[in-house]
Amino acid sequence: MDGALFQLAWPALTLSLRVAAWATAINLLLGVATGFALARLRWPGINLLDAVLTLPMVLPPTVLGYYLLVLLGRRGLVGNWLAQHFGITLIFTWQGAVIAATLVAFPLVLKAARTAFEQIDPQLEQAGRVLGLNEAAIFLRISLPLAWRGILAGGLLAFARALGEFGATLMVAGSIPGRTQTLSVAIFEAVQAGEDTLANMLVLITSTACVLILVCAGRLAPASPSSRRAQ
Amino acid sequence: MRIHALPLAQILPALGLLGSLSLATPCQAADLTVSAAVSLSNAFRALAARFEAEHADTHVLLNFAASDALLAQITKGAPVDVFASADQDTMDKAATRQLIDPASRENFVRNRLVLITPLPGGLRLKSLADLSLPEVHHLVMGRPEGVPAGRYARAALQEIGLWPALESRTIFAQNVRQALDYVVRGEVEAGFVYATDAALQVDRVQVAFEVPTGRPITYPVAAIAGSPQPVLARQFIHFLASPSSQAILAGFGFEKP
Repeated sequence: MDGALFQLAWPALTLSLRVAAWATAINLLLGVATGFALARLRWPGINLLDAVLTLPMVLPPTVLGYYLLVLLGRRGLVGNWLAQHFGITLIFTWQGAVIAATLVAFPLVLKAARTAFEQIDPQLEQAGRVLGLNEAAIFLRISLPLAWRGILAGGLLAFARALGEFGATLMVAGSIPGRTQTLSVAIFEAVQAGEDTLANMLVLITSTACVLILVCAGRLAPASPSSRRAQ
Repeated sequence: MRIHALPLAQILPALGLLGSLSLATPCQAADLTVSAAVSLSNAFRALAARFEAEHADTHVLLNFAASDALLAQITKGAPVDVFASADQDTMDKAATRQLIDPASRENFVRNRLVLITPLPGGLRLKSLADLSLPEVHHLVMGRPEGVPAGRYARAALQEIGLWPALESRTIFAQNVRQALDYVVRGEVEAGFVYATDAALQVDRVQVAFEVPTGRPITYPVAAIAGSPQPVLARQFIHFLASPSSQAILAGFGFEKP
């Protein structure tokens, strides 16, 4: 592999991995909590709430990017408040890219977690209650261990989605080489500038990473109903 | 999960409806695809409407992006009939790659590069040297590798030796209109755009000063080699030079070449 080209690709690759890792970690916490709540709560509006939370998966990333730019920008509601009270700016920073990636990938963890929690046999949790466990212990010792495969598979998909995030990231974080230029943005710019050798290498790196992630996610995915019955 | 079988009687009409939304759009007798630098977008939309009014049955399809992105598309074989770029370098590259009909090439407008600051409350900058002030946290320009406006801006800063100091606080936009947008939103303290771009947002940006460029910023236009519409492409290029078109272009702030 060409050394000079790799020097161009390396910062983009490490940045993408860092952004995707943070986005996945945040999403695992948020997604498990929300997924558990959606699976257990019996409120009338719960499916509407689920639909709203799934919106980032369906909306075009440019729409999300625009929302974020308007909200987090220096003159935006949240951005202005953050800048005044904490001196934090999110636009044109890698943390801004993390927020964009977190938002687009969130529904993938949420969906996986909700399904995983819903598939648990309620009698198992009931047995825990009969044996005197409190609700926190039931969650940590029964529900979560039974659901973790599904959640982790969702987390890997979220990681892949975060790694490939483009539209919202470009609008919020811009494209500063070495600071906010992720793999997908670097690919876009290489193609636009007609730098095909660089583009070729970057797409190969990204494709390989995504295939690896999908293979891992496939191994973790909950067994299909037919094979479960056989167990 | 149980999957309920849908009765065929419900599916068939739905399929019929889908079938009526045919993927193949009827091919117009005269579609003219024009790829133009994004700084031309507002003016070209007005011009295209006029051209269509003058040429019955002609439909002008406009494709706007940074000039280098348009060149990359054309190089890869995008079906384009007319190419208008914001600098001579990009058109020269197209000529070297034998993508254009060289005889059709003409300069049709001239533009100026300006430095803008956001309104209200933007900094009062008097010269390029003021960009080194600590108050200027970020400035924005088009990415020089892909955007002519960015190349003009970088060259102006290199000329006076400021580029090495300013590069790290520069945000690179995908095209000149994105640079304009970042200034409009107040995300950056200053930005390099064309005078015609700044004129679109007079309420939200102010022009600090005109940026000196070594050579005048002229926009070339040319017909693409092998276009299926060579006559129409030539007609469009002549149309751009006509007095009525030049009047429209002048209305958007473009000057005569």
